[in-house]
Amino acid sequence: MTQPVANCPNCGAKIVFQWSSSVQTVCTYCKSILVRTEVDLKRVGEVADLPSDSSPIQLNTEGIYGNKAFRAIGRILYEYEQGGWNEWHILMNDGTSAWLSDAQDEYAVSFAARIANLPPADHLQVGQQFTWNTQPYTVSVITEANYRGVEGELPFEFWDKTVVTFADLRTPSRKFATLDYSDDEPALYLGEFVEFEDLHLKNLRSFEGW
Amino acid sequence: MSAAPPQPPPPPRPGGPQPPPKPQVKAVNCPKCGAAIVLRSFGKAETVVCESCHSILDATDPNLKILQTFQSKVREDPPRIPLGKRGKLHGVDYEVIGFQRRSTLVDGTRYSWHEYVLFNPYKGFRYLTEYDGHWNDVGPCKMLPTLVPSVPPKATYLGETYKHFQTCTAETGFVLGEFPWQVRVGEKAEVTDLICPPRVLSSEQSGGEVTWSLGEYMNGRDVWAAFQMPGNPPPAVGVFENQPAPVHESVGGVWRAFALHTVLLLFLLVAFSVFILRDRQVFSADYILSAGPQKGEVSFVTDEFQLGGHTSNVEVSTRADVDNNWIYLNYALINQDTGQAWDFGREVSYYHGHDSDGSWSEGSRSDSVIVSSVPAGTYYLRIEPEFAANHPRIVYSVQVKRDVPVFGFYGLAFLALLFPAIALTWRRFNFERQRWAESDHPLVTTSSGSSEDDD
Repeated sequence: MTQPVANCPNCGAKIVFQWSSSVQTVCTYCKSILVRTEVDLKRVGEVADLPSDSSPIQLNTEGIYGNKAFRAIGRILYEYEQGGWNEWHILMNDGTSAWLSDAQDEYAVSFAARIANLPPADHLQVGQQFTWNTQPYTVSVITEANYRGVEGELPFEFWDKTVVTFADLRTPSRKFATLDYSDDEPALYLGEFVEFEDLHLKNLRSFEGW
Repeated sequence: MSAAPPQPPPPPRPGGPQPPPKPQVKAVNCPKCGAAIVLRSFGKAETVVCESCHSILDATDPNLKILQTFQSKVREDPPRIPLGKRGKLHGVDYEVIGFQRRSTLVDGTRYSWHEYVLFNPYKGFRYLTEYDGHWNDVGPCKMLPTLVPSVPPKATYLGETYKHFQTCTAETGFVLGEFPWQVRVGEKAEVTDLICPPRVLSSEQSGGEVTWSLGEYMNGRDVWAAFQMPGNPPPAVGVFENQPAPVHESVGGVWRAFALHTVLLLFLLVAFSVFILRDRQVFSADYILSAGPQKGEVSFVTDEFQLGGHTSNVEVSTRADVDNNWIYLNYALINQDTGQAWDFGREVSYYHGHDSDGSWSEGSRSDSVIVSSVPAGTYYLRIEPEFAANHPRIVYSVQVKRDVPVFGFYGLAFLALLFPAIALTWRRFNFERQRWAESDHPLVTTSSGSSEDDD
C-alpha cells in the first residue's frame, strides 16, 4: 500500500492518502474537498460541518470481514425521510476497497460490481427481479436520498450532489444489492448484511454513559 | 492563492485527525410545557414524546418541533419498566428509551399490549413487548422471510416454518419517550403474526412499507432478572401465541420414547420367557374321582416336589373332564420345612347344550392360577375336592409349574408407558387448543360466548 503525500492547496496541511486509488479526500484541518488530478490536488469545495450523527464507526475504525482486515478511510453521509445512514469507505488489507454501511446500527458490507446493462432508474419498480451472479434480487424500496456530507478518502469524486436515487434489492438470504443512480451510468453494489459482533470492530467511537 | 498566503499547517497531532466529539445524552426542554426531556438515543430517534405534557416532538429538529399532542394522564399507563432503565439481553446492555401501548379491536373487545423501545448505541434498536404478562424479545429481521402460498399462510425464515396466527389492525394509543420512526397516537398498522413457538415472525404494514421482525418468548421472571427489576413481574394470563409448551419433550418425542420402551419391554418379555424363566414343570399327577357318593375323608396330599431358584411364582393348573358338571378343589401349597401354606380354591366347570339360539357352552375344562412370591424349598399340595352329590366319574389332573412368565406384568408396564404419553398428548392438545383459540384459526370452533366446547 503506497501512501502518497501532498499538501492541501488551501491550508498547506499534509494530506496523506491511505489508498493509492483514492480520487477524493477531505482536508481534516480546513475541510476542503480535494480531488486528485494527475499532478496535484485541486480544491473543489468545502464540507459544511457534518451533521452530528451517532454512527459508532469513525475514520480509522478497524475490523475484519471475510478473513480480511479493513480500515474505514472515508464516508458519505446520506439522509432520507426515515433518517440517515452512512456509507463508510473501507480499505481491505488486500488493497481492494468496499463499503460498510451503517443504517440505524444495521450493518452491511458491499463491493462495487462490474455488471453491464443495469436497469435505468425510470424503468425500475418495486417487486422487479434481477439476477446477477446467478443470485436473484428483488427490488424492495426505491429511495430518494439527500447527500449530507463526506469525510476522508473516496474512490470517486463526490461533492456536488444533492438528491440521489437508490434502489435496495433484497434476497431471502443475507445478500442484498444497491443500485446507485448518482451518476449518468447506474452503479451496482453487491453485498450482505453482517452482524455487528462479526465485524470485530476496533477504534469505535465512545458514547457518553456507555 | 498568492494574495493570501496559505495558513501554516497546524502542529502535527499524534493519532492523526481529531476524532469527532463524543456523542452525549442530550437534555433539552419541551417547547410546549418546558419540562426537561432526556434524549437517550444520540440522535437516532425520529420522534420523542414529552413525559409530562405528551407532546410528540420531532427528535431530528434542534427546536423539537411539535408534531402532535394527545390527551392522557401520565398515571394512565406507566411503563412497568421505566424509561432510562438498562438491562442485559443476549449479553448486550440495552436502555429503555421508548414505550407505547397499542391495541386491536376484535369482535367489539379491545385487546391492548405494550411495546418497549430498547437502544444500544452500537447494536441499535430492539423491542420488548408485553401482553397479559407474556413477554417477547423482538429484533428486526436481517433478511426477508419467504412466504409459502398456502391456506392458512406460512412463511419460512432461517430454516424454520412459521404458521399464520392472526392478522389485526394495531392502533397506537399511548406513547412515551423516543422512537426510531415517526410515531403518532391514533396511527394504525396491519400486523400479521406467524408463529413457530417460542418464536414469532411479525410483519407490520403501514403505508407502502412492510417491516419484518422476529420475536422470542420470554417469561416475566427472565425480563425482571435482565432488567434487575424489584418485585415480581405481572402474572402471565392464559396461553400466548408463541408461548412454548410447558413440557420440554415434544409429543412426537414422547411417542417415540413410548415405542422404544415398548420394543424394550417386548424384548424383555421374550428374553425372560425364552432364556431366564424356564417355565419348568415340577409336578404332575392324574386323579380319579369315582362316581357316586364318597365315603370317608376325600382330602389327600400329593408327593413332594422341589421349587428351586429364587423366590418366584408357581402356577397350579387343573384340568378335569367335567361334562355338564363341576368340581371344586381346595388347594393348599405347603412348604414341608416351614409349614407355610398358600390356600386357594379353584373350580372347574363345563356346561353345554342346545337351545333355540343354537349351541351354547359355559365354563372350561381347565383352570390355572398363579401363586406369587413362593420361596425355594420342598413342597407338597393338599387337595380337597368338592363335587355335586350325584356326579359321574371325573378324571382330573394337577400340574405345578415354576417360574411362569406373567404377561399381566408386562401389560401393566405397557399401560404405565402408555399413560404418560396419552396424558402428555392430551395436555399438549389442550395447550395448543388454548393457544390457537385466540388466533384466526382456532383448532376447535367455539359456539358464541361459550369458552369450553368439546368439538
